[in-house]
Amino acid sequence: MSFTINALTKSLNVFHLSGSACNNCDIEILDVLTPRYDAERFGIVLVGSIRHADVLLLSGVFNKKSAVRLKRVYEDAPKPVVVIAIGNCACTGNMFTGSYNVTEPVSNYIPVDAFLPGCPPKPEAMISAVVKLIQKLKGK
Amino acid sequence: MRYLVYIGEVLIFPGLLFTAVIGLVTSWIDRKVTARVQMRVGPPFLQPFYDVIKYMVKETCVPAGASKFVFLAAPVCGLAAATVASTILWRVNIWPEKAFVGDLIVVLYLLTIPAIAVVLGSFASANPIASIGGSREMKLILSYELPFILACLVPVVKTGSIELGRILAQPAAAASPSGIVALIVAILCMQAKLTLVPFDMPEAETELTGGAYVEYSGPPLGIFKLTRAMMLFTMPVFLITVLWGGIPLTGGAVQILLGVVKYVVLIVITVLVRNTAPRVRIDQAMRFFWGPVTLFGVIAIVLAFIEGI
Repeated sequence: MSFTINALTKSLNVFHLSGSACNNCDIEILDVLTPRYDAERFGIVLVGSIRHADVLLLSGVFNKKSAVRLKRVYEDAPKPVVVIAIGNCACTGNMFTGSYNVTEPVSNYIPVDAFLPGCPPKPEAMISAVVKLIQKLKGK
Repeated sequence: MRYLVYIGEVLIFPGLLFTAVIGLVTSWIDRKVTARVQMRVGPPFLQPFYDVIKYMVKETCVPAGASKFVFLAAPVCGLAAATVASTILWRVNIWPEKAFVGDLIVVLYLLTIPAIAVVLGSFASANPIASIGGSREMKLILSYELPFILACLVPVVKTGSIELGRILAQPAAAASPSGIVALIVAILCMQAKLTLVPFDMPEAETELTGGAYVEYSGPPLGIFKLTRAMMLFTMPVFLITVLWGGIPLTGGAVQILLGVVKYVVLIVITVLVRNTAPRVRIDQAMRFFWGPVTLFGVIAIVLAFIEGI
């Protein structure tokens, strides 16, 4: 298993799933890939298909309808896959908690490996979260 | 014993292992130069190797409704064809006497198979996006094959032989006007054969989210990526062998250095075009290849006949 995890952490393909987010988190996620931060230094690239993904980035609140799709996307992902919830909405539901179409936070639908609160979190915070997550996966 | 040597040639040198390593290093150069053009730092040297190893340890998903056998066999066929093509090319470059009659035609066919494997794999995956990618790849094959073969016919006309060893023994085709035209045509076709920008419509990450590869995951996807990296190495070597005098490994240090310089020039052209051109539509690509490029291919052959008189 450690060989698998080592190989995985050296080359992370990120699939970004936006659950009707307000786009703030999405813009900050794209910032991580720009020349200023350049996530490709660590082998992190954005992919378009969930079948190519090692990391599932979630942003926004997943409501009763989109949660069904969220589960399907998670099942479509080839394992092992890491799930990161970006922003207050994905972590807790934020101000939509108790709304008529939002029932639960994301972690009640699929297993989430890392929570990254913030509205939106800074790109530095995302890089720091990925570093901590890699250390956690490696068992350090 | 003889068969052991053959197997070693296909699997280790100059076949699978050698081509894969150099191909992955080339794909690192491609990614690094791309990053530098975009003012980024770029991936570390071993990144393509990490990527391939990572794909090998991931789960393989076969979508429901897919034709399982074709879906899983297509990437292996592509890899095998790229391996054998590279083996034949390097055998000819190292030992010109080991060439056999018609190996130029064999290599031409083998270089088409990786693209056909992508078409088969995408159609077998029962995904509408992959089907669009596959159909675009098919149209792209139809458009670039004609001018590519026309360009490869120029040395055949000049030497009167379809044996790579004999073509290598003659002066390089690129030393004459017809050869220069043929080389330019072949470089354009190489860009399309490698499905690099501006001819990356089968993949088209922004509109088809991975296109032909959309349903592939784990080892089959890794094999496709490896095949692409190997083709990035094999295609320039094919062009150098057929049109530009080859890479004579037995010809001393200067000759080897000259061969490496030729290879680097072709790679730099490819990477720079890929980074400065936007993607064209598939109909524009077909019009481009069947129009001006084919015309220049015909001109190159006519020039070659005139030079032969």
